[in-house]
Amino acid sequence: MSGLTLQNIVKQFGQFTAVKNVELTVPHGTFVCLLGPSGCGKTTLMRMVAGLDLPTSGAIQLDGKDITNVPTHKRDLGMVFQSLALFPHLTVGENIAYSLRIRGIGKEEQKKRVDELLSMIHLTGYADRPVAKLSGGQRQRVAIARALAISPKLFLLDEPLSALDAKLREAMQVELRQLQQRLGITTIVVTHDQREAMTMADTVVVMNSGEIRQAAAPVEIYRRPADTFVADFIGMTNLIDFSADSTGANVLGTPVTGLAIPAGLKSGVLSVRPEDVHLTAPGNGAISGTVTFVRDLGGTIETFVEAGGKQVVAVSMPNARPDVTVGQAVGIQLNPADCVVLKS
Amino acid sequence: MRREPPQKLTDYGPLFFPAGMLIVFFVVPFATMIAVSFFRRDPSGFYTPDFVFDNYARFLSLFFGKVLGFSLFLAVMVAICCVVLAVPFTYLLSRAKRRTQVLWLVALLSILSLSEVIIGFAWSTLFSRTAGITNLLVMLGVMEQAVALNPSFSAVLTAMVYQALPYTVLVLYPALVRLDPTLTEAARTLGASPIKSFFTVVVPALRNTIVATLIMVFIFALGSYLLPQILGRPQHWTLSVLITDQAIYQSNMPFAAAMAVFLVLVTLGLVALTVYAGRKGEAA
Repeated sequence: MSGLTLQNIVKQFGQFTAVKNVELTVPHGTFVCLLGPSGCGKTTLMRMVAGLDLPTSGAIQLDGKDITNVPTHKRDLGMVFQSLALFPHLTVGENIAYSLRIRGIGKEEQKKRVDELLSMIHLTGYADRPVAKLSGGQRQRVAIARALAISPKLFLLDEPLSALDAKLREAMQVELRQLQQRLGITTIVVTHDQREAMTMADTVVVMNSGEIRQAAAPVEIYRRPADTFVADFIGMTNLIDFSADSTGANVLGTPVTGLAIPAGLKSGVLSVRPEDVHLTAPGNGAISGTVTFVRDLGGTIETFVEAGGKQVVAVSMPNARPDVTVGQAVGIQLNPADCVVLKS
Repeated sequence: MRREPPQKLTDYGPLFFPAGMLIVFFVVPFATMIAVSFFRRDPSGFYTPDFVFDNYARFLSLFFGKVLGFSLFLAVMVAICCVVLAVPFTYLLSRAKRRTQVLWLVALLSILSLSEVIIGFAWSTLFSRTAGITNLLVMLGVMEQAVALNPSFSAVLTAMVYQALPYTVLVLYPALVRLDPTLTEAARTLGASPIKSFFTVVVPALRNTIVATLIMVFIFALGSYLLPQILGRPQHWTLSVLITDQAIYQSNMPFAAAMAVFLVLVTLGLVALTVYAGRKGEAA
């Protein structure tokens, strides 16, 4: 099959296992984000795809061919490093043309391709500038153009936008996604920024301590997290303990009906997104609690409610502003469809 | 950090000590030497103060020209050999494990503690017919019979490279450690083999450091006067050997001073030329 396949990849550094039995398929032309906290093995995984590290065991296939032991320079890939790694002794044009020069492509053709790429990254006319004279965003684009010069089979980016300020980063995320869709190139991005992953990816791969915890579309990851780590790591969530028996579930001291609890599960955790927590008048079957804090951010209002010894956060839009004050008794209504039942 | 220009005389205080040292131990002796180079030699005594150009005139002969030429050639060869050996070595060293690095650096530093005399005699033993390395080659069956490898130009060159190599490595080391390792990784992802990435990324990125190191080793090698005498034939003697000979054995201080001044001027000229060429290359 075309695309990238990782089979049972393990990477050990001495006694430490950085990547544990990773299985992943990246179909041709898709955009995959490896997302996780620092030290979760996502960068190591990408370095193995690039051939900069060799897996301790397992196989990597690209378009049906085994590339596990193919050296980096024969893999025909493009990679953008966190530090960008632009060559300081070369100009913008020479940086972009580097992979073409190494492959012995003629001067004329190099120039044509460089001009093409420069116009693609909106830096036409910058070919002769030294890279040190560029701004952060421009250097970022040059690094992307350099990686794409040979039209690689695989486009890898390691925390590519982390050096940019917040505004520029958001703009670059959109730009990068549009570029990838236009070129239809198989792309893997390593990031710890979930907004970045949600903005760009077809598939988000959430990793923790060397393992893949969930690999799915961004909305799926958000709406249906596979475990408490994913639920907690992606966005804000309320993780609420519950206990269950044959008659029904008990959440924070109040019986809640309609939850899809697997048979035999005695206790677990509910993941409820703050925007799915509805505040009502106390009683009437709602979980009762007390408002402890209201954070009005203008765009959204976060209401902190203490219920059954736990803190629950509700988020609402200004047009549905809850009419509550600190110390007021309120009821919490949960829609069973919005609750994800997870093992604790 | 904002720095204010010094306002009062006392603000220059920290400069007094180095300035004093420079004047007492460099400016005064060098000025004395320049003065002596214009003095007249007194065959019965030492020299008498005068202002003559005889010493410089005597120097402008084919013989001294050849010696000067050979000295510069030897120093250039030593500098090139050292840099060619040290750049790849230091590059690999800077990528090695911490322990390996420390071990090598300690070993290199210990070479620095050896005096030129010890280095010279050690190599002359290693290059000798009776106890030298050729005996080892005979034992391994590579050679028919042991031969003497010195005195010869290669022997002089080898020992001088051996002596200067630790300095070369120590000068290159900080720059290579600071070099971003992702630069070579980036080159590899772009299709350059490890060797190609070394020559297209590491060497050009370190151009200025390499030029500075070449100049340093060149000047260091110019001053060598013991190794050419121990390991070379008279035609391998450098200008420094002749200066020592004139100053100490012939008691001709004015002529020795004139040669020394001339050597300094030629060296400064060459260094200036190198720096100028480097600047020009950068602008292009």
